[in-house]
Amino acid sequence: MAIRERLSGNEATAIAMKQINPDVVAAFPITPSTEVPQYFSAFVADGTVDTEFVAVESEHSAMSACIGAQAAGGRAMTATSANGLALMWELLYIAASSRLPIVMAAINRALSGPINIHNDHSDTMGARDSGWIQLFSETNQEAYDNMLMAHRIAENPDVMLPLMVCQDGFITSHAIENIELLEDDKVKAFVGEYKPQYYPLNKETPIAVGPLDLQPHYFEHKKQQAEAMKNAKKVILEVSEEFYKLTGRKYGLFEEYKTDDADVVVVLLNSTAGTAKYVADQFRAQGKKVGVIKPRVYRPFPVDEIAEALSKFKAVAVLDKADSFNAAGGPLFTDVTSALYSKGVFGPKVINYIYGLGGRDVKADDIEVVYNKLLDIAKTGKVESVYNYLGVRE
Amino acid sequence: MSKKELKTVKPDVNWREITPGGVIDSSGNAHLFKTGDWRSMKPVWNTEKCKQCLLCHPVCPDSSILVIDGKMSDIDYDHCKGCGVCTKVCPFKAIDFVEEA
Repeated sequence: MAIRERLSGNEATAIAMKQINPDVVAAFPITPSTEVPQYFSAFVADGTVDTEFVAVESEHSAMSACIGAQAAGGRAMTATSANGLALMWELLYIAASSRLPIVMAAINRALSGPINIHNDHSDTMGARDSGWIQLFSETNQEAYDNMLMAHRIAENPDVMLPLMVCQDGFITSHAIENIELLEDDKVKAFVGEYKPQYYPLNKETPIAVGPLDLQPHYFEHKKQQAEAMKNAKKVILEVSEEFYKLTGRKYGLFEEYKTDDADVVVVLLNSTAGTAKYVADQFRAQGKKVGVIKPRVYRPFPVDEIAEALSKFKAVAVLDKADSFNAAGGPLFTDVTSALYSKGVFGPKVINYIYGLGGRDVKADDIEVVYNKLLDIAKTGKVESVYNYLGVRE
Repeated sequence: MSKKELKTVKPDVNWREITPGGVIDSSGNAHLFKTGDWRSMKPVWNTEKCKQCLLCHPVCPDSSILVIDGKMSDIDYDHCKGCGVCTKVCPFKAIDFVEEA
């Protein structure tokens, strides 16, 4: 029997970590992720977990400590946001290329500057090429569920890559919602034990990690890493299927909402998908055929599946809560359009809206603007502007 | 525990067989990585001038001054990178420093 609770996204994340009971948590406080290690350190102090909590002096050290712990054969976790994630930068790449399945709670916040503590996706979007698996979460429930599935995905021998579970800072991290928790023993059985193939503290097979890797071998290691990321897609689906059997909650690579007969859809990540679903319901009530596609898995990017899913629509708007400053469109837009092009899908007209930067409220009215524009494009076939800022003061 | 057979990371190993993340899965194999071909300048030992003071031995960063029974026996050109420290430290100018051919 699942446990009914009401928790904030940060509390839910900390409770997932408690149930996972990792060997090491190393973290440094930064808004809005601070509560995750804060709650977790209480579990450590109370002796409800066996974890070694490392109170580091920076996020650079937090990720370094996680790398050391994970390389030694332990399970290491951390949490951060925005500039904290940015300070981890070089270590993110080292964690991924050293094939260390560290799991991070990434509580999305605008990356300075100007300095801002509120939600957008500019922090984790910058880490999209670091080699980490990235799962996005609309609600507290999804953040909790993704965290429970994280180790099974990251530690799979065909994957062995670090993973970040992203959720929207404040919007879900600090908002209390109803949630269904799994019992501790069920989580323990589902997550299982970490059995790495290599670790230096194994006296049977001593190893050296992180060696100099020059022209003769670096390239092969990168290919191996790229294949691991490809493998992750299959593993994510397998683990999600097992999780579905355990909980009845179904997760795929992305969620499709009212898309079956839709003419137009929006594609967007995290909590604003909830607002978009509400607006889709309103439009549906007026007989307008609109839907929502919400990617859960952003890295690896589900190129084939997204292209296939979008191929049947007349017009698509990709909503990005981060800009790439490439003068052409946001990161999700770039990925979606390149997926369509590489799969030979040229049917739908695709436009991009940058929205909600620095925590700017995104209301139902804003999503209505997008749907009305899409319906107009579907009717006329004309696109006036591809790269747009949604609701910015002109 | 039986000692594991020494493994080499072969120059032609493919991406499927290379160890993940560059892990070196056995110990004592650093000497298999021959760094001698990095060298542009080469130390040449002059045995006539050498007084066997061995000041060169501890300063060599690549352990390339070979010593047998307390006496310098040779220079290990497989690993010497040609830094020239040995030529500077020698009080008897017994190690010349010449361009690689």
